[in-house]
Amino acid sequence: MSFEFKPKVPQKELNYQELRIYTDEELQNPSDEELKSFKVKYDIPMLEQLESGPWPSFVADLKVEALRRRKLADDRMMISRDVVEDLLGQVELSFEHGETHWKHGGIVGVQGYGGGVIGRYSDVPDKFPGVAHFHTVRLNQPASKFYKTDFLRALADLWEFRGSGIFNLHGSTGDIVLLGTFTEQLEPIFQECAHHLSQDIGGSGSNLRTPSCCVGKARCEFALYDTQEMCYDMTMHYQDELHRPMFPYKFKFKFDGCPNGCVASIARSDLSFIGTWRDNIRIDQDAVRGYVQGDIVPNAGAHRGREWGKFDIRKEVVDRCPSGCMKYEDGVLTIDDADCVRCMHCINTMPRALRPGVDTGVTILCGAKAPILEGAQMATMIVPFMKAEPPYDNIKEVIDKAQEFWMEEGKNRERIGELIQRVGLPKFLEAVGLPPAPQHVWKPRENPYIFWKAEDVPGGFARDISDYRKRHAR
Amino acid sequence: MGLSTTKFGVYNPDNPQENRITDIGPRYYWDFFPPIIQRNYGKWLYHEVLEPGVLVHVSETGEKVYTVRAGGMRIMSAAFVREICDIADRHCDGYVRFTTRNNIEFLVDSPEKVEALKKELESRKFFSGANKFPVGGTGAGITNIVHTQGYIHCHTPATDASSMVKAVMDELYNYFGSMTLPAKLRVSMACCLNMCGAVHCSDIALLGYHRKPPIIDHEWLAKMCEIPTVIASCPKAAISPGATPDGKKTVKIKDERCMFCGNCYTMCAALPLSDKEGDGVVVLAGGKLSNRISAPKFSKVVVPFLPNNFPRFPEVCETVKRIVEVYATHANKYERLGDWAERIGWEKFFELTGLPFTDHLLDDHRLAYDTYRTSTLFKYTDAAWAVSKAAGGVD
Repeated sequence: MSFEFKPKVPQKELNYQELRIYTDEELQNPSDEELKSFKVKYDIPMLEQLESGPWPSFVADLKVEALRRRKLADDRMMISRDVVEDLLGQVELSFEHGETHWKHGGIVGVQGYGGGVIGRYSDVPDKFPGVAHFHTVRLNQPASKFYKTDFLRALADLWEFRGSGIFNLHGSTGDIVLLGTFTEQLEPIFQECAHHLSQDIGGSGSNLRTPSCCVGKARCEFALYDTQEMCYDMTMHYQDELHRPMFPYKFKFKFDGCPNGCVASIARSDLSFIGTWRDNIRIDQDAVRGYVQGDIVPNAGAHRGREWGKFDIRKEVVDRCPSGCMKYEDGVLTIDDADCVRCMHCINTMPRALRPGVDTGVTILCGAKAPILEGAQMATMIVPFMKAEPPYDNIKEVIDKAQEFWMEEGKNRERIGELIQRVGLPKFLEAVGLPPAPQHVWKPRENPYIFWKAEDVPGGFARDISDYRKRHAR
Repeated sequence: MGLSTTKFGVYNPDNPQENRITDIGPRYYWDFFPPIIQRNYGKWLYHEVLEPGVLVHVSETGEKVYTVRAGGMRIMSAAFVREICDIADRHCDGYVRFTTRNNIEFLVDSPEKVEALKKELESRKFFSGANKFPVGGTGAGITNIVHTQGYIHCHTPATDASSMVKAVMDELYNYFGSMTLPAKLRVSMACCLNMCGAVHCSDIALLGYHRKPPIIDHEWLAKMCEIPTVIASCPKAAISPGATPDGKKTVKIKDERCMFCGNCYTMCAALPLSDKEGDGVVVLAGGKLSNRISAPKFSKVVVPFLPNNFPRFPEVCETVKRIVEVYATHANKYERLGDWAERIGWEKFFELTGLPFTDHLLDDHRLAYDTYRTSTLFKYTDAAWAVSKAAGGVD
């Protein structure tokens, strides 16, 4: 298979040496001795407790940044020198009070966009003026979060110069999160990113949230469609929806290359695209023997840390198959693929002997969300199989129909999954133009309260009471 | 042209539309792939975890890419990002990637480079002695905890996130650097019910939670909020129109109907919920996302409340560790925590872990009936005898 990739928007070649703001001298971090004796402006005994222990310490890290800022010249940062120390001071106060000190709300953003920037203000700005404003900018991460260091270094310079120098890598939805700046720097940050880094901001609010995907074909043998290409294509196609709130509430796309679900699309996206196949699992019987004889380590070595005994193909694979479609007889493994539910267990356990089929596509599921408001929902299977090839027109048609239904019928702050709960799956399937199937449910309904429509019943609903009375005395 | 060093850079506040660029999307991913990834895109044959934190992927072209995975803080400084870049420049030709669970991955093309890279990662420590780049997080172990903002940036948290994750990962450190569990175990953390991190399908989920109904800021409510929107925001219809003694419009709340979701506060800043004693942590367990063997499933509440004891959350750490250790001892190979609990029965889960089963663990929300046992199929544990005794059924 050969691939030809072309970016859809001209991409600037990045060279940190050309982009950089700070000199090598300015980038020198303080020494460990300096850091050990460094006291931030406030007493932070509880936070300092978190400097110890083996796991990386965000407190120790923030101290490095705080001391860096103390040493920079005044004109080498556009927001308060004290932002990091004030953040630490405010968090310590929150520990003391057992309550957050960030204010609710505050609308800020960049012109023409309705999302991508989260306004944040301190409710104790007199105590901690450096974080009086502490707005977040979400940047749309490149698919699968691969980076060239030129980009990351330029971003670090930009963010230390115009913001707090503190990142989240990454936010839960996937974005690169620039954490904490003042209002007047929002537009400069946005345009610096666009002009110098060919990089746009992501989503927040009632719009399409930044789509994200698994590592996919970049470094995984299980990827059953091109998650990166599809994620990028959808991100570009729906730019308007991403930046300008037009929906009842948030809407998320996520792209998982296989049913293992490494980006959790099935639990947290309104439309979940999971790679699948419809032909047969490919079997290499020599490799099967390799596993049985102990020449190849099962489950790709994921259980190396403990002695689990000799690999037992019956116990560990055949008997664990959820649909019971496998047999191992006379040293030969057979699969009744018509009964396979594609759970991936056998493939995960013996990846060198078993591979998914070659006729691949996606299963589309709809309506997952976290608990607010109507309780957590897992995505419901909507389309069992669909080819997923550029330009994805078939899939965009399903997306457009689902969103149109939601925008017409949904209430304010109602996710599409909640709308489906409220009006029922049949209405949703009708809106998207899909026939109902047993695959849509675990089991048929157990209550008989079927909503028959007038057109379903001979003669319709309109009846004449006087006609009825001819047969039945009052 | 370099990044600007003037106050407004390329942005002209006097003419905001000048040279404005919008809607260009993210950087094109292909440009950020290391050449070995470009050459083998879509051609991977199989992979193996060579040791905790080290993966090898083998391509049909014969090439192999080695990944060294390091656990990290999600919140990190520009200085730390540059340190990641230093390592990536020295060992990986200037490429690096991050995982969905906030690990940092360095990719190289030979076992020798793996050793040099590991040595470098393990040698880097903070001035306080904490590791900067612990290697691990693969296979049948515990990888990095995904989490939300907490007191670092959020206006609705019921607890802090970064500190709890640091405290819990210090406790679970050995499980990060080893692969001794029956299957992978995913711990996730969200600091309120909004669950920005969507932790509701994790093997173990830590959830910040409020336990007191909102305080009503009567003075300001009508000025700050649309009253009909506030009323409509409550999923339990606990909010209704009200008036102050001096005739100001406000709302009333039926406390007994409040389920502490905080949606009213999200809609209206005049209804804050957070409270030092009221706020704390719920522990959920047994969820999963993958379709492997069994369907994805939600986590279940196993501890209804633990206090916010900053900064180390000893009760949370102890509970997580106890669940992990009991699971590690009892589950079968390949069995996720939730699958194990279902196989042995949740009554046995509570017996083995010693976690108290209280009335707060009985569902009384929507669809609660689905969780009630309508069968004589159950196992006897001490908890069963306690019920029988209370009913006068046994001595």
